Amino acid sequence: MTNQMNPLAVMSTDKAAGWKLFWKTVLARAYPRVVGQQREKSWIFFDIFLPMLAVSAYVFVYRAIHAPEEYIGFVVVGGAMTAFWMNIMWSMSMQLYWEKEQGNLALYIMAPNSMMAILLGMALGGMLATFLRAIAIILLGSLLFHVQYAIGNFLQLVGVFFAAMTALYGLGMITASLFLLFSREADHLVQLAQEPVYLVSGFYFPIRSFNFWIAAAASLIPLTLGLDAMRQLVFPSGALLGFLNVNTELVILLILCVVFLFGAHSLLGYMERLAIREGRLTESRR
Amino acid sequence: MPKGQVILSNSAVETESLGRIYKIQGTTREKNVRKELMALQDVDLQVKQGELFGLLGPNGAGKTTLIKILTTLLAPTSGRARVSGFDVAREPGKIRPLINMVSGGESSGYGLLTVRENLWMFSQFYGLPSRQAYERIDALLKMVGLEDRIHTKSSDLSTGLRQKMNIVRGFMTDPQVLFLDEPTLGLDVGASRDVRRLIRNWLDQDKTRTLLLTTHYMAEADELCDRVAIINHGRVLACDAPSALKQSLQREALFEITVASLNGLNASVLERQPGVRKATRTDAKGVTALNFSLQEEAALAGVINRLTEANVRIMRLDKHEPTLEDVFVNLVGRSMDEIEKEETNDEPDEPAGRDVD
Repeated sequence: MTNQMNPLAVMSTDKAAGWKLFWKTVLARAYPRVVGQQREKSWIFFDIFLPMLAVSAYVFVYRAIHAPEEYIGFVVVGGAMTAFWMNIMWSMSMQLYWEKEQGNLALYIMAPNSMMAILLGMALGGMLATFLRAIAIILLGSLLFHVQYAIGNFLQLVGVFFAAMTALYGLGMITASLFLLFSREADHLVQLAQEPVYLVSGFYFPIRSFNFWIAAAASLIPLTLGLDAMRQLVFPSGALLGFLNVNTELVILLILCVVFLFGAHSLLGYMERLAIREGRLTESRR
Repeated sequence: MPKGQVILSNSAVETESLGRIYKIQGTTREKNVRKELMALQDVDLQVKQGELFGLLGPNGAGKTTLIKILTTLLAPTSGRARVSGFDVAREPGKIRPLINMVSGGESSGYGLLTVRENLWMFSQFYGLPSRQAYERIDALLKMVGLEDRIHTKSSDLSTGLRQKMNIVRGFMTDPQVLFLDEPTLGLDVGASRDVRRLIRNWLDQDKTRTLLLTTHYMAEADELCDRVAIINHGRVLACDAPSALKQSLQREALFEITVASLNGLNASVLERQPGVRKATRTDAKGVTALNFSLQEEAALAGVINRLTEANVRIMRLDKHEPTLEDVFVNLVGRSMDEIEKEETNDEPDEPAGRDVD
């Protein structure tokens, strides 16, 4: 019982280590994002209402030019996936830098957990919190604009979504380490990257509209292929407007998962060694 | 002692010729000029298991750098350091489960989480079972008088209350060696007393626990520490029990003379008086306090004569027992306040330039 406990007594229970510690760390670091972030109700305005305005603008343009009805659905799905990209750019990528500024980074490095577990926890928490926002945009957009879905292969859809998310957050983990090096300049980099990525990822139109090589280059951003494959799987005419066939896109996404997660692991190890050698990456005074 | 936590040496902390040089890049104007700053130099220390050891020195003395090396956050550039028998550079993974650290004025954690949630999160990084973590958190919060803020978002806490939360974070994981870097910084008198009591109780519960504390509050070091190392400019100048350090000055006569004004008389002139070893000056509340370390009491007459000749009005004369402050002045030549005032605009503990390698 709490009131009978001597908190200064020697701890009797063994502390977790190895994989158990790894997963405890992942869940604990995900907690602030999953639970804490929902406490600021402003997210409903910024993360749902504002993206819906952008979605609406494209919907009205497509309706004005009498574009095929599937395009309306493309825009709604794209709008939902934009939430993940915003989360990667403004939250995931900048997070280690903010952790340093707050003084958390030193505590993370000093603790017995793996830094990879910390980053994975940030990614998982961000993904879950954003999933809630994406679902809200899909539901609201579908209701407002009467979007019809025809899901042929649900399992494949789930597979594509998770592969795209894993690769995307793997990329976010890489940028988190990189942006730590850039410090305050990272903010400008995020602003610089935002609009070009919106354009080439085809958030509001099929990337088949580009020539092959531009679409192929844009495919390095996992959302591009993920979005293209999901559109093919949820709209009847999606396959006709797709860039590559779904299976090919899934294989590429799985390769990107491995590359980005391995890259994130290596870069994080390098950053940790650099932090310890120079001592000031964990220091908020710069 | 929990399973797997093995102390391989009688010393909880050992350093041998430990050194740390920072390579820094200059300001925008001198961007290509690379400078080296010696933050620690030839530091030899041995902290015994069960000891409360204090590092005492002014800001910029190298205390935080030493703590960072011992907590595996910073690599030494020369020498060796071992914590619980493990080398900080080669075996950080073995040290980390055994230690914890709290810094004064830190703003760790997440403002959107409550005090309890923040502490639970940090407990998970050390692998504590959640139930046990919650029990310890609740009980420790009660000990530091924070039990009524348990469900308060940490962003709503004052600086002092936030520091109490940080202190709980350090004790919560039951480390073998706990590092407290200026733990009472920003706390009021009552809160500082609570923290000092907690520290003492924690050590008394288990004689294998060790605590290394940095402070620039002399009285805190004097009251709490079993032994103290006085550090300045990255070098350890003395290391002993506070009573032994003070005793080393017993053969000298220490006087404090309070005057209204020195009438232009320089304190260094007084230091040249026969029989005067050290003379320092502190101005506060419209009066000047002159502290003298004399070879013998008879030298006081000469000092008073010199003051009288300069028409300095003596308001008060006290003879006092040596304090750690006197020990510091004796070793360094200036008081800690004087050093901190002079070095405010100089290099901080860790330099403000950009890192290069």
